[in-house]
Amino acid sequence: MSATTAGRTPSAVAPEARGGGVLPWLALPALLAFVAFAVLPLIGVLLLSFTSWDTLGQIKLTGLESWRSVLTDPGLPHALWVTFLITALSWAFQTPASILIGVFLAGRQRYRELLAVLYFIPLLLSSAAIAITYKALLDPNFGLGAGLHIDLLTQDWLGEPGLALGVVVFVVSWQFIPFHSLLYQGGVRQVPRSLYEAAELDGAGRVRMFFSITLPQLKYTIITSSTLMIVGSLTFFDLIFVLTEGGPGDATRALALDMYKRGFQANLMGAACVIGVILVLVGLALALLLRRLGGRDPNASQLEGA
Amino acid sequence: MTATHTSAGAERAAARTSGRRPASAPQRPNWLGGLVGWLWLAVVIIPIYWIVITSLKTQTNYYLTNPLLPPIDPTLDNYRLVLQLDFPLYFLNSLLVAVGTVIPSVLFAFMAAYAIVRSGGAGRFLRAVNGLFLMGLAIPLQATVIPIYLMIIKLHLYDSLLGLILPSVAFAIPLSVLVLANFIRDVPKELFESMRLDGATEWMTLWRLAFPLTRPAVVTVSIYNALTVWNGFLLPLILTQSPDKRTLPLALAAFQGGPYGVNVPAVLASVVLTILPMLVLYTVGRRQLLSGLTAGFGK
Repeated sequence: MSATTAGRTPSAVAPEARGGGVLPWLALPALLAFVAFAVLPLIGVLLLSFTSWDTLGQIKLTGLESWRSVLTDPGLPHALWVTFLITALSWAFQTPASILIGVFLAGRQRYRELLAVLYFIPLLLSSAAIAITYKALLDPNFGLGAGLHIDLLTQDWLGEPGLALGVVVFVVSWQFIPFHSLLYQGGVRQVPRSLYEAAELDGAGRVRMFFSITLPQLKYTIITSSTLMIVGSLTFFDLIFVLTEGGPGDATRALALDMYKRGFQANLMGAACVIGVILVLVGLALALLLRRLGGRDPNASQLEGA
Repeated sequence: MTATHTSAGAERAAARTSGRRPASAPQRPNWLGGLVGWLWLAVVIIPIYWIVITSLKTQTNYYLTNPLLPPIDPTLDNYRLVLQLDFPLYFLNSLLVAVGTVIPSVLFAFMAAYAIVRSGGAGRFLRAVNGLFLMGLAIPLQATVIPIYLMIIKLHLYDSLLGLILPSVAFAIPLSVLVLANFIRDVPKELFESMRLDGATEWMTLWRLAFPLTRPAVVTVSIYNALTVWNGFLLPLILTQSPDKRTLPLALAAFQGGPYGVNVPAVLASVVLTILPMLVLYTVGRRQLLSGLTAGFGK
């Protein structure tokens, strides 16, 4: 079947007819590593969600007990809500900013290359290092606000639930806007110049060109960038763990942190695996939804235009 | 990542076609973009600047001086303190885990990407493998840490660096395969064909043709994977427990939470020390990336 469909381009297939025996073997090491430590754990997280296990004793099959306990726990809707807020707010803040900066950086002036280099720096830092830095910067007694005697900056940033969530969104943006700006810079540079030249002849202004040419042409970059942002924000763990540990109270207890706390602090591995399954399902659903929006061939590069 | 490659090519092409007209695209300045661009640059740079200058202050000066002014009498005492506190060991741990992850993951991914591209979607097996890796991109693999924890315990690798390396390799594979495959696809078909006519096996073609021609991509993917592993936090957190198995991010968090945590300049000195290698790698990699590109065009 596949032989006949591929038969359209006989020249491309001919070498494989002989090399076909070798090529699959080349993919084997990567496949084995991925199956062993990604696919098996993926199946494992589903299986373990039907058990009870406290990390020390035996793993006991307990059917739907973990699911029942998690699904009736008010902590779950709360964690989902916190995750949704962080995802939505950081997306809504990062996307317009990244597009604007990307368009700006796509200009060909030399100094913009230098800017791009400087922009890259937050990407070199670990989330732990960033969280540690902001913890010190935002300290109400010894932080930047107190040191400069600016009252507006001297707040109990990580002690007030609303502020703490805002800080998480800001720090996430600080960490990732540079990366997404670089994606958009690449995307903008691939927009055919002739489109702008034609629009210029028609007397279109800069704003008009941005909305009628740049933005529609960036469609796939926007989808790629949004997918990375949204699927990535489901698993924000390091940053929140070091910055707020989910607090104050559980104001910033997002799903990934909730999973860790249930599993490794409360020793309820079954319940933690239920959260893990939910994370996988939500991530997969969002990625599929965004791909549907993009309406593109799933075999095409995700990072195209990146 | 493909950006640097393709956009540089596009840039050249644009420069060529536009002739003597300077290639400055839309002529009116982009005020809003410029404003946001420079503003956000300040937002990015100020904390970094603050980390560096504060790490050179004494603890007393940290409390007393203007936080945004550099120290009058810079001191390296904080660095000396951090280096005495086992940071060289954590550094070595991070280095071993990063090297141990990057080399196998990039080699395996390159071989798989080569096979996927060369089969041209003809083989059912390789199509399925490709689909599996693409799916791996959409799944938050961190959600699977509990089974990984269990597996690593059963393999008697808990609290060992090898136990960190194995899952890290698996996590790095999907994106590496995707990016490398995109680059291998750009290698002209005629080159593969002439290798074949010369009687080269796929194995020889892989290492002598595809690998050297896609070196910029290999460098980029290696740097990206090294960064991810170097900065990784969750796996070391759940898969190790002894202080002497800590990697740097974990050590940073422990340092701030520990007795020295009140010494902010020392904490920030440790932050600077963890970034330095990545800064070096990025600087070196950028240059290698460029030379790889120019070598490709210069012939």
